[in-house]
Amino acid sequence: MAVLSQVARRTLTGWGRTNATNADVVAVANHEVAAALGAAGGRGVLVRGLGRSYGDSAQNSGGLVLQLEGSAHEAVLDEAAGTITVPAGVSLDDLLRRIVPRGWFVPVTPGTRFVTMGGAIASDVHGKGHHLTGSFGNHVRSLRLLLADGTVADVAPHRRADLFWATIGGMGLTGVILDVTFALLPIETSRMTVDTTRLPDLDAVFAAMEEGDADYRYSVAWIDPVGRGRHLGRSVLGRGDHATLAQLSPREQRDPLAYGPKVLATLPPLQLPVGLINRTTINAFNEVWFRKAPRHREGEVQTIATFWHPLDMVGGWNRLYGAKGMVQYQFVVPFGQEGAIRAVLERLTEGGASSFLSVLKRFGPGNPAPLSFPREGWTLAVDLPVAIHGIAELLHGLDRIVLDAGGRHYLTKDGHTTPAAIAQGYPRLEEWKAVRRTVDPQGMWQSDQSRRLGLTD
Amino acid sequence: MDNALHEPQTIVLLGGTSDIGLAIVRELLSPTTRVVVLACRDTAKGEVAAAGLRRDGLTVDVVEFDGATPATHQAVMDGIAARHGDLDVVILAYALLGSGQATSRDMAEAVEVAHVNFTGAVASLVAAGNVLRAQRHGSIVVLSSVAGERVRGANAVYGATKAGLDGFAQGLGDELAEDGVHMLVVRPGFVRSAMTEGLPAAPFATTPEAVATAAVKGLRGRRRTVWVPGLLRFVFMALRHTPGPVWRRLPLG
Ligand SMILES: Cc1cc2nc3c(=O)[nH]c(=O)nc-3n(C[C@H](O)[C@H](O)[C@H](O)COP(=O)(O)OP(=O)(O)OC[C@H]3O[C@@H](n4cnc5c(N)ncnc54)[C@H](O)[C@@H]3O)c2cc1C
Ligand SMILES: NC(=O)c1ccc[n+]([C@@H]2O[C@H](COP(=O)([O-])OP(=O)(O)OC[C@H]3O[C@@H](n4cnc5c(N)ncnc54)[C@H](OP(=O)(O)O)[C@@H]3O)[C@@H](O)[C@H]2O)c1
Repeated sequence: MAVLSQVARRTLTGWGRTNATNADVVAVANHEVAAALGAAGGRGVLVRGLGRSYGDSAQNSGGLVLQLEGSAHEAVLDEAAGTITVPAGVSLDDLLRRIVPRGWFVPVTPGTRFVTMGGAIASDVHGKGHHLTGSFGNHVRSLRLLLADGTVADVAPHRRADLFWATIGGMGLTGVILDVTFALLPIETSRMTVDTTRLPDLDAVFAAMEEGDADYRYSVAWIDPVGRGRHLGRSVLGRGDHATLAQLSPREQRDPLAYGPKVLATLPPLQLPVGLINRTTINAFNEVWFRKAPRHREGEVQTIATFWHPLDMVGGWNRLYGAKGMVQYQFVVPFGQEGAIRAVLERLTEGGASSFLSVLKRFGPGNPAPLSFPREGWTLAVDLPVAIHGIAELLHGLDRIVLDAGGRHYLTKDGHTTPAAIAQGYPRLEEWKAVRRTVDPQGMWQSDQSRRLGLTD
Repeated sequence: MDNALHEPQTIVLLGGTSDIGLAIVRELLSPTTRVVVLACRDTAKGEVAAAGLRRDGLTVDVVEFDGATPATHQAVMDGIAARHGDLDVVILAYALLGSGQATSRDMAEAVEVAHVNFTGAVASLVAAGNVLRAQRHGSIVVLSSVAGERVRGANAVYGATKAGLDGFAQGLGDELAEDGVHMLVVRPGFVRSAMTEGLPAAPFATTPEAVATAAVKGLRGRRRTVWVPGLLRFVFMALRHTPGPVWRRLPLG
């Protein structure tokens, strides 16, 4: 087969640039995927999106890795139904450029637009709107899924529901998502209105989010990790919604759906031996950033890029963490376990393990997918350089706090937890494995993460 | 799989009762470690070592293995991989020291030391290399020795086997690097262990724990060679070029 002559051996890592491994990588069009499975050896096959998962989810050491080609021009928009059908290899960046000018937005976007549709579903990504509208899977109407035997299954919440929900958040281990149909959100403008509030400590953040989140479509708190003692958890709470036409300035109203996000700078692909992200630079950054935030400001109009994807303005920012890379520690604990969030933040500040970015969010109810990460409660995401001293002991300690509080870790961010931690955090893991086995009895789909965590045993 | 913090899940120790090997295993252990395999010729002794490592969530498997039967090594290694999945770190620690100068005159002992330390060790590296090459990740730690850096009359057979092993490991390591596999050659000086019990300590004598710390640091940094103590690298740089008559009279223990 022609495509297989294009197979190239590549070293792959996740966005955190840790645990690199080697695989045979090939770009394929949707109609070539079934044939490509013929080249699978004992180490199996995995589909990779844009590699924005942080750990080893999108790697398959010694095996075959497929990257799906696809363009948003192939997407089919049904304006009457408010749905769109998109090839899974299309990036959110590409898709937004196509749909925003037509007055549509995606139901969920993560903090970067450089993810594929397939990746968004396989991780069942969530955004700032989870408390009201759930994760990506909640909005999917149907999927075309290529199975290990080369057949294509058309699955939906009411059609092969088991397989559908096993694929939502299923980390590419049930099959290759070829296309997805999901509901869109109509928007009048491409701007957001944002209310920003500076909050002095963790209790104030919990209280403000409990009271006010229901009034906002989107809500997230950026925690200043420098705050300790009585300042622990001081935050900037940003909440908003899509702006209506009336909320735009006359100048903005002339082109209310304008959308053209730019990458302002891209870091060269140099490997910095020592990261530039260390305690000093982080403290300085956060101090300036927290002070800069207004005590309270309402109705500020922001672009989609500023509100949703600020990090995308600097390409390759993950390289700033140096040769050892970084981990993003993200977990959720149920309501009533606020103490666990506090304990984690205390450990981080005590250990001197400052973090560049810490984000706190209130999740609404989860969906029926057994491996979907979100569940009702608080989620905290913290970026940490692997180079900090004692990182392993620190994270193993945090794992215990999270699991003891009945919480769990987000697979797409994970690079370090254990099979036991995942089994404890995801009580429906066995149910998911059983569904998986029915469609993959020979173990075609494998990833470094699935081997590390025993997901495909 | 090693995790993002460079913690291995699966560790195999060839020479499962070696003091240095066990010290490296202990240094590598973390809540992430799932399996340790101790491959030993004396499994009863191996069980004692295993008991010292066992704890919740960790499987310690004692496997019968003889360095002197190279033809069995691939099967042993494949069997371990079949039982436990991907192997993250394989440590080659077994060796015989022999009886110093006497070994150079004792045909049987000379052949045995050469056979175990070189032929056996080469077979073990081939076996481990084949498994790791297929999975395209993982590390091999080889216990070489400064004794191989410049072979002395006092332990010529042992020193020569280490020189040969060190060379093979480096060459194989270069080849395996293309497959994402990491080879670390560790060159300790005199280490106080079962092997050197009763022998007078040489200059720069060190401990199994110090070797382990340096080896694990080398693993995390993906270094190719590590000397323990580190100073020996420079000492031997000089010794390599010391004229023969001087070299032979040096008090090296
Ligand atoms: C800066 C940044 C911010 C982020 N913010 C958020 C956030 O706010 N919320 C959130 O939920 N996540 C967030 N993420 C994580 C990111 O959204 C997910 O990791 C997402 O899955 C990445 O998509 P990808 O296309 O890069 O997939 P990859 O990382 O390449 O792959 C991720 C998984 O998806 C599977 N997969 C990919 N394509 C397919 C397919 N076609 N069929 C089946 N399986 C497939 C892969 O096998 C793998 O298991 C963020 C990541 C970054 C770097
Ligand atoms: N100690 C030093 O000064 C020093 C210095 C430099 C390098 N080294 C190297 O470091 C490594 C470990 O040595 P150590 O100090 O830890 O000594 P050790 O405790 O004596 O370990 C040597 C190991 O080799 C095993 N062994 C010997 N013959 C074997 C065979 N045929 N099959 C399987 N296993 C066999 C021994 O098993 P039994 O327990 O059954 O005997 C023992 O476990 C060796 O390669 C050694 O050459 C040691």
